[in-house]
Amino acid sequence: MTNIAAAASPPAETAALPTRLAKGFVDRLVIIVPYLWLLFFFLVPFIIVFKISLSQTAISMPPYTPVLDFSEGISGFFAGFRELNFDNYTWLTQDALYFNAYVTSLIIAAISTLLTLIVGYPIAYGMARAPATIRPTLLMLVILPFWTSFLIRVYAWIGILKPEGLLNQVLLSLHLISQPLVILNTYTAIFIGIVYSYLPFMVLPLYSSLEKMDYSLIEAAQDLGCPPTGAFWKITFPLSLPGVIAGCLLVFIPAVGEFVIPDLLGGSQTLMIGKTLWNEFFANRDWPVSSAVAVILLLVLTVPIMFFQQAQAKAQEQGK
Amino acid sequence: MIRKALLLSATSAFLTLFTVGGHADDRVVNVYNWSDYIDSSIIDDFTKKTGIKVVYDTFDSNEILETKLLAGGSGYDVVVPSANFLARQIQAGVFQKLDRSKLPNISNMWDVISERTSKYDPGNEYSVNYMWGTVGLGYNIKKVQAALGTDKIDSWDVFFNPESLAKLKDCGVYVLDSPADIIPAALKYLGLDPNSTSPDDIAKAEEALLKVRPYIRKFHSSEYINALANGDICLAVGWSGDVFQARNRADEAKQGVEIGYSVPKEGAQMWFDQMAIPADAPHVAEALEFINYMMTPEVIAKSSNYVLYANGNKASQQFVDKALLEDTSVYPDEETTKKLYTVQPYDPKTQRIITRTWTKIVTGQ
Repeated sequence: MTNIAAAASPPAETAALPTRLAKGFVDRLVIIVPYLWLLFFFLVPFIIVFKISLSQTAISMPPYTPVLDFSEGISGFFAGFRELNFDNYTWLTQDALYFNAYVTSLIIAAISTLLTLIVGYPIAYGMARAPATIRPTLLMLVILPFWTSFLIRVYAWIGILKPEGLLNQVLLSLHLISQPLVILNTYTAIFIGIVYSYLPFMVLPLYSSLEKMDYSLIEAAQDLGCPPTGAFWKITFPLSLPGVIAGCLLVFIPAVGEFVIPDLLGGSQTLMIGKTLWNEFFANRDWPVSSAVAVILLLVLTVPIMFFQQAQAKAQEQGK
Repeated sequence: MIRKALLLSATSAFLTLFTVGGHADDRVVNVYNWSDYIDSSIIDDFTKKTGIKVVYDTFDSNEILETKLLAGGSGYDVVVPSANFLARQIQAGVFQKLDRSKLPNISNMWDVISERTSKYDPGNEYSVNYMWGTVGLGYNIKKVQAALGTDKIDSWDVFFNPESLAKLKDCGVYVLDSPADIIPAALKYLGLDPNSTSPDDIAKAEEALLKVRPYIRKFHSSEYINALANGDICLAVGWSGDVFQARNRADEAKQGVEIGYSVPKEGAQMWFDQMAIPADAPHVAEALEFINYMMTPEVIAKSSNYVLYANGNKASQQFVDKALLEDTSVYPDEETTKKLYTVQPYDPKTQRIITRTWTKIVTGQ
């Protein structure tokens, strides 16, 4: 890219060098910005959380000890440093509660991601196959729900799903059911809430990879006598794989730590890691343990992220 | 509890931005109180009288308030935690002592209440009572009549007896998602000390609650107001004033839902919401003026008439609506008052046992 730009730009040979230098600098600057962003908004907060996870609770402001600061000089800082330990992590292994909460969250997130994919794929496929003139409108319709607050949209589902709610009233009046369905405060309601809320995150990457697909490949397959389902599994789906992976990542990762949807739509019996974290932080006032829960959650999420990244790299290689 | 808090914390962050931007010579007081907990005309009257602008912000769980206070730099000048939370926050150094010379209206306060709040705040040095109430049983009179054959509920037995609660399962039972309110009630029902921190006693309370757990639809600290008012549920273990608000909403809706509230005869927990000033409050003089204004008999009576809770201000009682003052479930008579108990804050170790027990009860794990 740089070569083409350099060759095309300057009329005089003398002007080329400074331009190229400036371009190199701009390129590097462009890379530095996201790195700085990651440093300040991911790494620094993470280090703070990690440090708190090694502290002990105390009745004070803030409610843990030691608080590291340089007000007592370097030696004071290091004296505080020595008080840090991994007790809170040991604590997490002693009660099955935490393990169960992690596992439940992962299972709920996995099922929801699969459901979102099943619902989202046909939508994205339909959008990509729609006439080019109406595609922007369809895209707009997918994004439109974001204009309303997430909380209000989840609240609306309470009105739809509750025993005397919209859904039950419609089904009862159509005589499809004789007893109101119990959906609110169950796992079903959580799945409905997650699929509904995260659907755009699945549809958009799927749409972008399906839209790029060369439709003549399908035509060729049909010409050669491949049935439509065979063409879908042999051509369309493999080509849309990067979109599938990106969409699943975007749904799965936030769904694991989801707190609002299970709290509003799920019953009291739902034990997810988001709620456990909330309990430790607010009800127990135990900032160190809740920080430890958060650090472990991050580690748990790194595994699928790395797996997906590897899969994506492989897919890209095959694409070439 | 939480969902509202999410909305609220966003608004409060927004408001904080605005107050910082205000003119230096404008007098401002930042108040952080429970949601649906004041007649808003009181705030307008205060501003008219003193020229102090009130930035009023609300929360609906003690935990949210406490976390903000412990993190420091909340920017609030007057906050209203419940007394058992206040006690621990005083230990943590969150509050400053009140300058009583700036609070002449303190002479209006009611010794019956001050005596009890001094258990949490010795000498009432850091706080002044705003409202107080009980933890009891709110119920749908007609539905309970249909299920149990009586509309007279006067005992915790209706809730803690599995046979009785099983009959109410289908019409719906909600319970406060607040271990500090429910576990003491279970202890009291079992004839134990509601303040007990013994793990054995807590285990007994857990056992009693697990027996009725199958019949409870949801643990939640604010949804029951609407659920009662709409007739979605027939029994709620909740805070007195919330049940009265449900009763009023049901009356306004005119759908034939009638709500009753009972202070169980075995005894019920008394709670107190206390006005206090954070140690790092930016507008202390204005905060004192606000608290003093709230202790004016006519003002606090107006607030009680609106939120339907009893207040800790003796002189205000002549201005409180007669119906409210004579309602023994709001202002209990002497005999009932004797059976009311207070609960001390838990130490960190007991707190952990309590939270763990609670998770087990709520989730069954």
